[in-house]
Amino acid sequence: MSLHTISVLVEDQPGVLTQVSSLFARRGFNIHSLAVGTTERPGLSRMTIVVEVTTKPLEQVTKQLNKLIHVIKVVELGETASVERELALVKVRTKPEQRFQVVELVEIFRGRIVDVAQATVTIEVSGPSAKIDALCELLEPYGLVEMVRTGRIALGRGERGIRDRDRLRAAKEPATA
Amino acid sequence: MARGGEKLTGAQALFRALELEGVDTVFGIPGGAILPAYDPLLESSIRHVLTRHEQGAGHAAEGYAHATGRVGVAMATSGPGGCNLVTPLADAMMDSIPLVAITGQVATAVVGNDAFQEAYMTGIAMPITKQTWMVTDANDVPRVVREAFHVASTGRPGPVLIDLPKDVLISDMRFEWQESVDLPGYRPTTRGSMKQVKAAVDLILRAERPVLYVGGGIVRSDASDELRRLAETGDLPVVTTLMGRGVFPDTHPLGLGMPGMHGNYTAVTAMQRADLLIAIGVRFDDRVTGNLAGFAPGAKVIHVDIDPAEIGKNRSVDVPIVGDARDVTAALARELAKLQEERGRPDHSAWLGTLRDWQERFPLRYRQEDGGPIKPQFVVERIYEATRGEATIVSGVGQHQMWASQFYRFTRPRQWINSGGLGTMGFAVPAALGAKVGRPDQRVVAIDGDGCFQMTAQELATSATESIPITVAILNNGYLGMVRQWQELFYGERYSQVHLTQDTPDFVKLAEAMGAVGLRAEDPGDVDAVLDKAMSITDRTVVIDFRVDPSENVFPMVPAGASNDDIILGPEGVRPVNDPAEAPVA
Ligand SMILES: Cc1ncc(C[n+]2csc(CCOP(=O)(O)OP(=O)(O)O)c2C)c(N)n1
Ligand SMILES: [Mg+2]
Repeated sequence: MSLHTISVLVEDQPGVLTQVSSLFARRGFNIHSLAVGTTERPGLSRMTIVVEVTTKPLEQVTKQLNKLIHVIKVVELGETASVERELALVKVRTKPEQRFQVVELVEIFRGRIVDVAQATVTIEVSGPSAKIDALCELLEPYGLVEMVRTGRIALGRGERGIRDRDRLRAAKEPATA
Repeated sequence: MARGGEKLTGAQALFRALELEGVDTVFGIPGGAILPAYDPLLESSIRHVLTRHEQGAGHAAEGYAHATGRVGVAMATSGPGGCNLVTPLADAMMDSIPLVAITGQVATAVVGNDAFQEAYMTGIAMPITKQTWMVTDANDVPRVVREAFHVASTGRPGPVLIDLPKDVLISDMRFEWQESVDLPGYRPTTRGSMKQVKAAVDLILRAERPVLYVGGGIVRSDASDELRRLAETGDLPVVTTLMGRGVFPDTHPLGLGMPGMHGNYTAVTAMQRADLLIAIGVRFDDRVTGNLAGFAPGAKVIHVDIDPAEIGKNRSVDVPIVGDARDVTAALARELAKLQEERGRPDHSAWLGTLRDWQERFPLRYRQEDGGPIKPQFVVERIYEATRGEATIVSGVGQHQMWASQFYRFTRPRQWINSGGLGTMGFAVPAALGAKVGRPDQRVVAIDGDGCFQMTAQELATSATESIPITVAILNNGYLGMVRQWQELFYGERYSQVHLTQDTPDFVKLAEAMGAVGLRAEDPGDVDAVLDKAMSITDRTVVIDFRVDPSENVFPMVPAGASNDDIILGPEGVRPVNDPAEAPVA
């Protein structure tokens, strides 16, 4: 299995989130994470979808996504050609004598402590998903009370935006042999 | 357009917009939530055909669209009314039929409260439509109607749904009409890339065993003339899929008829041996390809489709062309003619000779014995003669559908109307009604199964009260025949829940009770006389109960999952499969 990141620019219309997400289920793909928010343009939202790809090629889904009336653009963001970030809030159990170790770990990962209680601290950390995975692994032995992640968001590197990327049109226009 | 157009209610605006879209007929059934829309209907120029079930309304709208190429419109109330439209919507989605469904909805104030007859229609219909809209402001009615018709009829056509809450229908609004639509995410590609067209023609000129593989896309884009030009220019034999029957004449020397699971030997084998498939408006459906790995193993593929998602979905493609079938087919024919003038016309006589030889050696066949039971194939052939090959034929789903497609010889597009992708039993009678409404000049004959007929037979009452005369020929074998055939061949003759009996109901009496004429033929000698009688009646619906041989099976057959090379020509070639684990899935 591999994880692919897809950016979908959509019109902000009722039902469009359901349409997009159910299309993955309908075509047999699992969504790993999905993040939605507003964009630089009023009326347009952008979804970043991380999808699990096993045997079937992803192409069928991106083409079907492109057919949705309220989908403006679909682009697959390659790992090297894009910047990806995720934010997590992690509540860790800390005995008073361990707190210092946890704070140190958080600093190494450029995280922040955003809440402290008798027996727990809550950490905010952001970065590529792999970095968050790594921190969580290190925090695991202390005892994770709960955790929430935003899911990945990503932008292509370089000067161009999603609306002027030619290659995104691949699925909407004739492919060349 | 100037602000502050005419003041109307949402319901009046709906009919004004439908009129502006050129709608002449709506099929439907009223009810609570849609009630306000049925009042301005009384003043509208639009005809409303009151069906007996919303599924009937949906299929009638499909039949209308199939037969005319215009958008079909079905109307229903909220909740159960909308839910009864689900099957026609799914059917239209699979077969790319332009259809606008209009449903009533509970008032916006109670949407989401499980109010009486509330169903989440836009959600239910979402995966089986191109798009759905719920209108929450009456001022939006004209815009949404315009968008809905635009989406349904352009690109790859398909069904859409407009959900209208009761308060929106009642509210006052200002009517403004704008022809253009603003849907930035919806821009179907219609013009094929010329570079790709040239690459395709290059392949065509180099092919020794080319086959044009064409289907429903040719019907939807009205590309039959262009197809014929292309085929004749390049001497290219043509197979027409179940959805494409009629787009190329079966009577034409280059016409090979239907490929696929129940296709004829020549059409199936031509594709298997081809070195080039020129696929236009088809989707490499499993009923055509059989086992994909064994399908047309030596063929390069040119694939023309307006839907980019179809290209490369099932079979890898050498030259993909996204575009409208008519536009691209015309370009291919033009370019081919031009290049043939320069390079000479390829000689396909050896290939065409082989095909002709197969046609002679392996024709579709059956044996009708005098005094023996009536063979269903014989009935279809006699219908062909009785209608002089000119009728519009509508079918249900099952054995009778395959016999109708095999033994009627189709010569024009829109002459053959059936449920191909979804395979919806009960399609024939209501779709035939819709076809007749759309084309009153034509004789419309439904060739139906006894099982299918019983799913939507109530629409005979619609045909009587609305004066829509059709002919219904029931190939009554007393069985869910297609399922019986599979149980015979693949489940060791273990028959389970397939027997209907030929006598119940009595179709002649049922027809009469429904205001139609009922006729029956029990002996092959009766068939022509009964058909003559039926043909002499043009002002009433006629139902003919043809008592046909219950044991007849459809051949040729490529068992599901098998390669097309393993085509079985007749009953003598069937190896019984007794191990259920090996049995293919219906
Ligand atoms: C709504 C629906 N239910 C079930 C089926 C499965 N099915 C396919 S063909 C068939 C039998 C059809 O019987 P009949 O109309 O008598 O046609 P025959 O095959 O006997 O010609 C059935 C049950 C279907 N296609 N559609
Ligand atoms: Mg039957």
